Amino acid sequence: MVIAGVLTGLVYGLMALGLSVIFGVVRVVNFAHGEMMTVAMYAATALFATFKLDPFLAVLPVAAVFFLLGYALQAGIINPFITRPEHSQFMLLVAVAIILVNALLIVFGPDARNVQVDYQLESYEIGRLLIDKARVFAAGLAIVAALLLFSFFRFTLTGKAIRACADNYLGARVVGLNVKHLYALTFGLGSACVAVAGCALVLLVDVTPGLGPYYTLLAFVIVIVGGLGSMGGALLGGVLIGVSEAVAGLLIAPSAKSMFSFGLLILVLLLRPQGLLGKRA
Amino acid sequence: MSLLRVSNVSKSFRGLRAVRDASFTVPAGDINGLIGPNGAGKTTIFNVIAGVYAPDSGEIYFNGNPIHGLRPDQVCAAGIGRTFQIVKPFAGLSVLDNVVVGALHRSSGVAEARSLSRSILKKLNLDAKRDLPASALTLPDRKRLEVARALATRPCLLLLDEVMAGLRPTECDEMVEVFRSLNRSEGLTILLIEHVMRAVMALAKHIGVLHHGEVIARGTPAEVVRNPAVLECYLGEETQV
Amino acid sequence: MSRSHAALAVLLAALAALPAFAGPYALSVATLILYFAYTGQAWNVMMGFAGQLSLGHSLYVGVGAYAAGAIFFHYGIGPWAGLWVAILLCVALGVAIGFLAFRFGISGVYFALLTIAFAEFTRIGFDHLDWVGGPGGMFLRVAQRDTWDIANFRGPPLMYYYAMLALACFAFVLCYFLLKTKAGYYWQAIRENEEAAQALGINTFRWKVYAVALSSAMTAVAGVFFAFYYNNLFPEQIFNISRSIEIILGPIIGGLGTLFGPILGAAVLTLLSDGITELLAALGWEIPGVKQVFYGVVLLVVVMFLPHGIWPAVAKRLHLRRS
Repeated sequence: MVIAGVLTGLVYGLMALGLSVIFGVVRVVNFAHGEMMTVAMYAATALFATFKLDPFLAVLPVAAVFFLLGYALQAGIINPFITRPEHSQFMLLVAVAIILVNALLIVFGPDARNVQVDYQLESYEIGRLLIDKARVFAAGLAIVAALLLFSFFRFTLTGKAIRACADNYLGARVVGLNVKHLYALTFGLGSACVAVAGCALVLLVDVTPGLGPYYTLLAFVIVIVGGLGSMGGALLGGVLIGVSEAVAGLLIAPSAKSMFSFGLLILVLLLRPQGLLGKRA
Repeated sequence: MSLLRVSNVSKSFRGLRAVRDASFTVPAGDINGLIGPNGAGKTTIFNVIAGVYAPDSGEIYFNGNPIHGLRPDQVCAAGIGRTFQIVKPFAGLSVLDNVVVGALHRSSGVAEARSLSRSILKKLNLDAKRDLPASALTLPDRKRLEVARALATRPCLLLLDEVMAGLRPTECDEMVEVFRSLNRSEGLTILLIEHVMRAVMALAKHIGVLHHGEVIARGTPAEVVRNPAVLECYLGEETQV
Repeated sequence: MSRSHAALAVLLAALAALPAFAGPYALSVATLILYFAYTGQAWNVMMGFAGQLSLGHSLYVGVGAYAAGAIFFHYGIGPWAGLWVAILLCVALGVAIGFLAFRFGISGVYFALLTIAFAEFTRIGFDHLDWVGGPGGMFLRVAQRDTWDIANFRGPPLMYYYAMLALACFAFVLCYFLLKTKAGYYWQAIRENEEAAQALGINTFRWKVYAVALSSAMTAVAGVFFAFYYNNLFPEQIFNISRSIEIILGPIIGGLGTLFGPILGAAVLTLLSDGITELLAALGWEIPGVKQVFYGVVLLVVVMFLPHGIWPAVAKRLHLRRS
């Protein structure tokens, strides 16, 4: 049970990673994060339904599309908002979130959708433990994506440029970095993360439009618990939440598992707002 | 008796010693200047006095009462008003309302606060603009507003943080005159941080010089200007008087 | 009489006379508008006055509603007594949240997230609380609906309309006078620049808690109204984050911190959205979610192009004082 939690948690972690990257660099609270992932999940189901495309293969086109859409969103709509007060930014993304969720509702209807692949029914046997193959693959994908992202930021020139923007907006502009472009790039990357996470998650969970807000909140819980701006923190937070949900589901009623996550969020916000691995804002 | 006594105050930020072992006194009715190169720790000292930070060590006495570690609003209640180096007007409120906020501190109602505010605005030549939104003011006017607001709390000691910066010489002289007359007529004690020497020399009766967080010289303006340590910190080691 | 006062009097007269001209559906829409105008005004006290963004206000509506509702359900005690329990409970809750948040220096985005977390936590909690009916909901007995029974707050829709109108007026007047008092000045100062406010002798911590307390108390009353108007309560619905968002749509679209903003915003939003739903129904499309997409688009447009809300622009056109 715990292992399942860890594996699912890694996928959550990837989603949260996208949020952490976006918030850490662009400093915009992406309130539409979960909704974006839900869209990705629906995209995966649609591709599967039409082309019988395995979500793991769908990852590539979906992530690419999301990258472009994220870039466009930031460049077109969000960029002018960087200098506006926080609540304006917040409301902007809330608006986007509302539109996304309900557009999904209109297009796909309220019934749950999912993906059915063969290996979802198979599992690995390690000693006495039975672990779903699908879960392992999903977690693996998450780890690969996270590593790719991490190396991008560490080793490439653009990645370093983006980190510079995050550290010092004005300084970056003075040095000649095209900050708006880099912000859009970052949002695109964050969106791609979310897309990958969505494709992975669709193997584990049925998707309904209402999941959007739920995942947004979950992403925030993870990012805050793990630490804003810390990539490792996002993954760690994801694992923690994944495990706690699994455990809480056992101890209390399954439907109450989120209560634990929110309780944790409250505690962390109050006592250690920089999270476990984050830097003090 | 000294109105303000700063005793061996130190303050560090994550290992960076902003102020080390600073001590000075400000007698009641005095106009005291605090000068020094950028980064010397002047604003930090102000912030410690004003309650924004608690000192790591040392004490601060105002009117004989300890005020170190108090909150900013408590420090104001004790009788210290302050301005900010980067002005912080209430942009969405009118000029008059800005000052009323300060005046409410010691007034028994909004009406009394308003009339007090208007008289202060008149002293600072801002009364004509009292209904404008604070965001519409030019920088010199914003600085005047900042001072007016602090004055509205009826302080015994006024901390001025670089209020002359960015002002033209005539504007600077006007401000100097306002402070001089407040000091004369109401006995307002003033401690000012300044880079604009014109103002410091004209106003201050005593000056303290900070460098790397330490007080390296104190005395009358004439004494301080000739102090070799002061010259060295401002102009470098090769200077000869 | 100044132009603003004249306009206000006209508006009030029109609202008072509305039932004479409006059919039952229009009346219910009007009641809804006033409900959102009231809750928006209550939320505005925290945000527009003290500058604290709360995205979990459904918490107070829900707790208020359930408090009064449960007391009526289990003990038969009428809404006027339940009202006080609701207010007390919500104020305690609000003060606790505010106290914790401000003591730990939480503000801005983090504060908003904290309020969301509390609301969600409570939502799930109530879902598992059998005493209030759990997920199946709580249903209040409705004896009769013909005569005005003010003691038990039961009667025809007309009674609820006037009750809501009275509440909305009360909120408006309260905020109007508050803005002119020391409290109003201090709150606005805190909203504009908390550091500067502190330097002027304002104990910002205490005043922020006051704002939260007032806001939660006012919202609790809306909750009690909700309980006895709709007579059924579901945790999933009443504590839902979309309720919180609905509450803030009015003031944000109408104009934060202004007095007319929440009313105008609520009116615009409700009328337009109902209009759209009607239009689509007439065309034969009854699609769930369209209304919400519409909300989202309106919100998007307003936030992008009218950051101060609709009211300031309207006020300029009508040459009214921008309050």
